[in-house]
Amino acid sequence: MVKVSEFLKQHGKPSREVYLDHENSGWVPPEVVEAMLPYFNQRGYGHPSITNLPGWEAYEVVESTLEKVNKTINARGGELVITHNGTEANNLAIIGTALGSGRERRKIITSAIEHVSILFPARSLEEYGYRVVTIPVDKEGFVDPDMLSMLIDYETLMVSIQMVNHEIGTIQNIKTLVETVKDKDDRIIFHTDAVDAYGRIKIDVEELGVDLMTLSSHKIHGPRGVGVLYVREGVRLKPIMHGALSTQKMWPGVENIPAIAGFNKAIDLTFTNFDDNVKKMKMLRDMLMDGILNNVPEVLLNGPRGDKRAPDNVNISFLHVEGESITVELSLRGVYVSSGSACTSRVLEPSHVILAIGRRYEEAHGSILFKVSRYHNKEDIEYVLSQVPPAIERLRIISPLARESREAVKKVVEV
Amino acid sequence: MSTRTPLIYTPKILDLFRNPKNLGKMEDATVSSQAGSPACGDVITIYLKIEDSRIIDASFESYGCAANIAAASIITEMVKGKTLKEAWDITWEDVTNELGGLPSIKYHCSILAVGGLKRAIRKYFQEIVKMHPDWLPKDLSKEERQALEEEELIERIYRKYGVVP
Repeated sequence: MVKVSEFLKQHGKPSREVYLDHENSGWVPPEVVEAMLPYFNQRGYGHPSITNLPGWEAYEVVESTLEKVNKTINARGGELVITHNGTEANNLAIIGTALGSGRERRKIITSAIEHVSILFPARSLEEYGYRVVTIPVDKEGFVDPDMLSMLIDYETLMVSIQMVNHEIGTIQNIKTLVETVKDKDDRIIFHTDAVDAYGRIKIDVEELGVDLMTLSSHKIHGPRGVGVLYVREGVRLKPIMHGALSTQKMWPGVENIPAIAGFNKAIDLTFTNFDDNVKKMKMLRDMLMDGILNNVPEVLLNGPRGDKRAPDNVNISFLHVEGESITVELSLRGVYVSSGSACTSRVLEPSHVILAIGRRYEEAHGSILFKVSRYHNKEDIEYVLSQVPPAIERLRIISPLARESREAVKKVVEV
Repeated sequence: MSTRTPLIYTPKILDLFRNPKNLGKMEDATVSSQAGSPACGDVITIYLKIEDSRIIDASFESYGCAANIAAASIITEMVKGKTLKEAWDITWEDVTNELGGLPSIKYHCSILAVGGLKRAIRKYFQEIVKMHPDWLPKDLSKEERQALEEEELIERIYRKYGVVP
């Protein structure tokens, strides 16, 4: 098989590049990298639970980062568990809650559009006698509180509904959903996966009343390798990984101190001028969204519009073309995006999120996710808008479905 | 659950994706056929111009991933000038080799391309010249069956989940 280096040579380096795939992993700004570097070999390179100077320095990084996280989510009390990514934090939330509970409650409720790091651990518990109930969502991805209320019964152990959807940007009304659950039975644990909400909308755990909440460093331009689970006081979790404990009693293994130092810096950068950053993302988002919707025919916007949509999310289905070929075509043009197509995920099924909002398979295959960030500017979006229409047009020239659609339209016009 | 190893394409595939050969609907084709389904995310259309049992021209259209586009394009290159019997004997492995290899998850792209070609050849004999040469098997070939299975699978999924295609 061909080597990656040969493929890259053939691909070439585009003269201009705009990275819009912050969903899958992000670009890390130089300030963040700079903040990480000393912790490899100048200070804090020790183990944070060992009593020597580099160890204490490492511990200081952990402590100061957790303080900052607490401040940004307004947590008073409770505990923050540092894991090595968001997937681990979500697994701890689901499986750790099941293990920590008595065995009498066996029902886990999630939504149909959760990240797979919620859906898969939940389903893994079915083998041990747990029942997973998936609430359908409406056409924009919203969970109906009345439907949630109907599904809650004396067997319900926990509810896990994400704050912002990672693919279509739906901002759930978590406060209402928590109230719905707690009104029925306040012993039910409410978890929210907030990795795509953190740094994009204001989060106040006291006001929302959530019991567990997941955050991830690389979703706010921090490095990969740090996840956080907020655990409200009194919530009983049991560890799901076992090994030498460090400063974290719920997650073994030595903390990734350089990455935590980078996350720490990323928090500063994200929350300084928070409102301006969000305003900028919204402006770029709408510029990109409207630019595509107005200039490319036969497209569908996935997810809601306006204030109920994440400020960074644009998700559009391009009809009659397939998403994997769009990502390749745009990559050759220096525009980096991802797709909900089955062809990129190596399974037959396209994105479960796009299907859950009622789209057809072929519409899901042609879906493209663009995520803008505060590091983009208008010129970047203008460049993207100059590349997307010709890219789609070129693939539509190849596609028999696009030709058939054109011919059908022509026929109608002639009649 | 599945892994997501990135798909690495050969220079030939990337080249054909950028500059596909024999692209587009052939207005004066002797026969054409389609294989695959929009719901599965890949469709190939093959157009053949046939004279004296020989393919004198071929073209394609493709809805699918980069490998799908490349496989459809290369097979039209491969059949030009061949007799129908010679074209029938092209295997999906031949197509894969001609592309310089495919990631295994993408083998179905060359299978679909061969399925589409075989469908076109069968259609030519059944519907146009209305005769059945000795070398043409009565039963569907593996590649034709695979295309059919893919088309039927999605109908089943739609029926199962109550979605009307």
